[in-house]
Formats: sequence, C-alpha cells, structure tokens
Amino acid sequence: MVNYIWVGMMVIGFVVAAVNGNMDKVNEAIFTSAKEAVTLSFAMISILVFWLGIMRIAEKGGLLEVLAYLFRPIVKWLFPDIPKDHPAQGYILSNMAANLLGLGNAATPMGIKAMEQLKILNGGKNEASRSMITLLAINTSSITLIPTTIIAIRMSYNSQSPTDIVAPTLLATAVATIGAILIDRYYYYRSLQKEGK
Amino acid sequence: MAFVQSFSIWFIPFLIGFILLYGTYKKVPTYETFVEGGKEGFSIAINIIPFLVGMLVAISVFRASGALDYVMMAMRPLFSLFHIPAEVVPLGLMRTISGTGALGMTSDLIATHGPDSFIGRLASTIQGSTDTTFYVLTVYFGAVGIKKMKYALKVGLLADLIGFLASIAAITLLFYS
Repeated sequence: MVNYIWVGMMVIGFVVAAVNGNMDKVNEAIFTSAKEAVTLSFAMISILVFWLGIMRIAEKGGLLEVLAYLFRPIVKWLFPDIPKDHPAQGYILSNMAANLLGLGNAATPMGIKAMEQLKILNGGKNEASRSMITLLAINTSSITLIPTTIIAIRMSYNSQSPTDIVAPTLLATAVATIGAILIDRYYYYRSLQKEGK
Repeated sequence: MAFVQSFSIWFIPFLIGFILLYGTYKKVPTYETFVEGGKEGFSIAINIIPFLVGMLVAISVFRASGALDYVMMAMRPLFSLFHIPAEVVPLGLMRTISGTGALGMTSDLIATHGPDSFIGRLASTIQGSTDTTFYVLTVYFGAVGIKKMKYALKVGLLADLIGFLASIAAITLLFYS
C-alpha cells in the first residue's frame, strides 16, 4: 500500500504540474526537500546520541525495569504480544512518558529503541508486527499534556489567554489516542481473519 | 503559564540528574555507559536518511505541483456538509503530511483570525492534538528497517481524522455551547 501511495503522490504531482505549468516549482521541490530530509536526519543525530546515552544508563541501572513493573497492567493490555519482563516494555513506557510530558526529542529515541526490541521479538523480519503498529498508533496520535509550541505561538500573537486551548487539546488528543488503539485492534483482528482464509 | 514554562525548563535537568544519580547508586560505570549507548544514535540517524528523503520528496512534489490544493478543494463540499469550517480543512490535511507545513498554516490562521477567535482556537487544538503521521511512520520504521508497514498507515490516518473531528467537537463544546 505504501508503494502505491508513494508512486501515486509523485506521478499525480508530475501530471498536475504539467497541466498547471509549474514544472519548475516541482523540480525545485524535489531537490530542496531531499536536502531538507538529510538535514533533518543529521539534526537528529545530536538528540539521538544524547538521549540514547542517558537511556543506556537508566537501562543498566534497572530503572526501565522499575518503570515496566509499575505500569505492567497497561502495557500488558496494550501489547499482549510482548512477553513478561521483556526490555521492550521499559522503552515503550519511557516513550509514552516522554510524549506525555511534551519531550518530543526524547520520545523519538526511546520509541526507536522500543521498535528495535520489537523487531528482535518478531524474528528480525522487515515486516511490521502487531506491537509495532500499536506503538506507532499511540505515537501518531501523541497524547501531550502541555502543547508548548502552540502556546508560544498564541502568546506571540497577543492572545488574551494563550493556555485556554490546553483543555480542548487534551480532550481531542485523548479521544484520538483511544480511537487509534481501537482502530488498531480492529485492523489486527481483521488481518487475522484474512490470514485464516 | 509561568508554571508551565518553568516546569519544562526544570524537568529535563531533573530527569537527567535523577538517572545519573540512580546509575551511580547502582554502581553503573556512567560515563562509559553513556558513550556506549550514544554511539548507536549515529547509525540510527543514518538509517533514517533514505526513508525520509523518499517520503519528503514525494510529499513536496505533491504539494508544489498544486495537487494537494485540488484535493483540498474537492473535499471542501464534503466537509461543509458536516458543518466543518472550510478554513481549517487544509490544516487538517496538512497536519498528517508535514509538521512544519502545518505549523506554518496554524500560525497563519492565528494571525488572520486572531488567537482567541473560533478559528484561532480550533487551529491551535488541531495542531496540538495529533502528530505528523507520515513523519512518525517514516522515522520509526525507517530507523529499524521496516519495509512492509501492513495496516499501520490506515490506523494512523484514521486516528488523525478522529483527532481533527474531536478538536472541532471539543472547541465547540468548551467555548461555544
């Protein structure tokens, strides 16, 4: 499915550009965005190196196990495929906690570590497993307690109360996350049925 | 607000300090462990590059050609059928595709309509309630080399739609009822 979407976006883009006569813009977009992608990846190095270093200390000290132990029921319900006391649990919880606190740049390294563990659990295949998709669903709907960037933008435009969107945002993000988890379950059971046939 | 800001400033040093002290207490060779763990960060970032280049190029071709504008135009009547304000429809679509693009649109909507208007509040909520699905998908799966995503994209996109509709419902419910 990704293959079709990917090719579709490009080819439709080219055709529309041909009709609209803005092929020059498309040419420029290809190369600036390729450059942007590389810049973005390099910008991630600093964050990844720092947080993965700190997290390794937390892991070796046993902090992740403590975290996993404290929230075991939640993880067990969300990720029934992960065996008891598996290191993936600790990383998933740190990823969720970092998202919750709005520490976006710490959440990504921990999420990636969790993905790494889940890939090992899945026999190293290059195919997404059930748990991987659940983790992704939770991350795309991103529960955040305090949307700091937005508050800052609202302040810069002289809002009377820049933080008054915290409550609706929390409500919307909670609904989105619950929705994501339920949709994820639905598609998982549907994929089981398909495989059964 | 002062509390929120100082919370974010204090929390990260507190967290790092706590991890470092706990590691020391557990007799972990902290500095060596930090270096060893950090090494991985480089290769992960390099792994992400081809995935991100592929995805961002496709998205920007789609945007720059004007195809995205047509999709938005085509979807407008559908949204107005459900009384969804036309101003935020492009933002809802952009939110799933590009984080920086959406942030630009949100600032623009806030600037045009005012931060405390219906549209201004709605844009703020939409921006804050979900993350950029395409980006999260690309980075997380790219970092560990997952090529078959299965139903992941469908789940992410549907969750975005729910977040978008929930934002409208939340703003209407909390401020305008």
